[in-house]
Amino acid sequence: MKKVFHVMYDDDEKLLVAARELVGKGIHVNEVYSPFPIHGIDPVIGIKRTRLAITSFMYAMSGLSLAVFFMWYTMISDWPMNIGGKPSFSLLENLPAFIPVSFEFSVFCAAHGMVITYLLRNGTLPGMPATNPDPRTTDDKFVMEITTDTNSMNAQDLESEIKKTDVFELSIKDVKES
Amino acid sequence: MQKESAIREPLILGHKTYKDITDDVVGPIMEPASLGWKILITISSIIAIYGIGSILYLISTGIGVWGLNKTVGWAWDITNFVWWVGIGHAGTLISAVLLLFRQKWRMAINRSAEAMTIFAVIMAAVFPGIHMGRIWLAYYVFPLPNQFGSLWVNFNSPLLWDVFAISTYFSVSLVFWYVGLIPDFATIRDRVTKPFAKKMYGIMSFGWSGRAKHWNRFEELSLVLAGIATPLVFSVHSIVSMDFATSVIPGWHTTIFPPYFVSGAVFSGFAMVQTLLLVMRKAYKLEDYIHVKHVEYMNIVIIVTGSIVGVAYLTELFISWYSGVEYESYAFINRFSGPYKAAYWTMMTCNVISPQLFWFKKIRRSLVATFILSIVVNIGMWFERYVIIVTSLHRDYLPSSWGEFIPTATDVGIFIGTLGIFLTLFLTFTRFFPVLALNELKTILKSSGESYKNEQVK
Repeated sequence: MKKVFHVMYDDDEKLLVAARELVGKGIHVNEVYSPFPIHGIDPVIGIKRTRLAITSFMYAMSGLSLAVFFMWYTMISDWPMNIGGKPSFSLLENLPAFIPVSFEFSVFCAAHGMVITYLLRNGTLPGMPATNPDPRTTDDKFVMEITTDTNSMNAQDLESEIKKTDVFELSIKDVKES
Repeated sequence: MQKESAIREPLILGHKTYKDITDDVVGPIMEPASLGWKILITISSIIAIYGIGSILYLISTGIGVWGLNKTVGWAWDITNFVWWVGIGHAGTLISAVLLLFRQKWRMAINRSAEAMTIFAVIMAAVFPGIHMGRIWLAYYVFPLPNQFGSLWVNFNSPLLWDVFAISTYFSVSLVFWYVGLIPDFATIRDRVTKPFAKKMYGIMSFGWSGRAKHWNRFEELSLVLAGIATPLVFSVHSIVSMDFATSVIPGWHTTIFPPYFVSGAVFSGFAMVQTLLLVMRKAYKLEDYIHVKHVEYMNIVIIVTGSIVGVAYLTELFISWYSGVEYESYAFINRFSGPYKAAYWTMMTCNVISPQLFWFKKIRRSLVATFILSIVVNIGMWFERYVIIVTSLHRDYLPSSWGEFIPTATDVGIFIGTLGIFLTLFLTFTRFFPVLALNELKTILKSSGESYKNEQVK
């Protein structure tokens, strides 16, 4: 059995102050649910910067190489064509004309690859059920989730520490540990 | 917490709370549709159906039903294509370029501007599709290995670059827009009470729950997408302009085309945003979010881009004389004094003179003047493309084949029809989608909201 505390605040700054206080006392905050990004919360509750941008760069590079390879294959290797007598029989000579498509395809791969990665990593896909503890967290309320199993403090102490902050509403649930 | 100068005009008027922002945007979605909306969508769908009918007539009969002839092979079709793509540019400019520049005023307008982009690009894509004549062979533009021989598409051709540019632009704008919509759909999902609507918004919100890690990724994603969408916006209309600039037609063969087209696109796009938003803010009572300051900012963009367009027109004229090429100079003399001089002077008046009126603060901040001028600009920009395309083609190197283009009812019907389809899509969007970026607006409430600003002054 573990206890789950859903601590609700009615302002983002109140939550930020409370999170700093609680973390300062060695309490681990599992999750924060908010209607918009709260700037400055990530380092407080121990969220590292996402590596999504790096994946985007890798997708862009794969798109770029794929585009250049494909254009080399079709235009130079497989079926070279004499178009208006322009030099087009080696990759280097034909490269300027390949820039637009290489660029577009890199952007295409970077954007779509990154979005797909983002959706998969978030687990936000069409038809997935919502998991926010209270419907008001997508409107104007901010919820912090603290559980007993990730904290060394016992439930009573946790509760009294939480109540010292500017809480709007507190709900405590018993959840069976899986 | 970011702070902003207290003397700068607030971006969100009235004494709003986070809840008010949700109520103001989600409220109209939950209420039954207004009479005005029903009337507008009926009119626009009738026009849309007429347009679809004209397109079907064109496809079943052939390109001959357009006014094209031996000399003028491109006219209304490509004019409309370039016009629609140009309009599309404002949305991505607002959501991507202004995001990189940290312009907070974009947050009130980016959602609807980007919806407009997507619908405008769909309308643009109709024209190259149908102008092929045999649209069922449209897949030939893609580099598919096929059974018709070993021929591939020509990667040296700007027309093929356009295929890649437009499809990348459309799909990237679409996902950029949708990724921003997901958290707002979640807000609606948690508010609506009707079971069917709840189910639909539940599916569309992808189970978004607003976890801190997800927001962390969301912000990174928005920033990177904005970063790659920015060069994309500039590339798309540059490539469209290369469809003309890489040819050897006098009047098209100019190196200033890419920057000239891009600024023209932004110019017309912002004008269209003004036309639509001035009506939308009134109809959905969003005057506190999209107010005079936003309109003024957009008008400043219109002056800047309109002036660039004006300079480009004059440069073109000067260079056609200065180059000493008689074909080049004839093309321009023919533009301003030939059979299409009315179109040329309409373009000059609407695009060069009318935006200069925005230098007057009174006009720049007047909603009525802005609405009228935004329509004038869009008419002017349509004529710009018409002038560039038709006047450069109709008198070619061989005077015996000189001709004139006269649009037919099908030409007009398809163009009017795309306006109808566009408006139908946009009206559907305003009815069922959050028209303001809720989650973004809430982040600026405390730095740019009116009541918070007043507190700072005290």
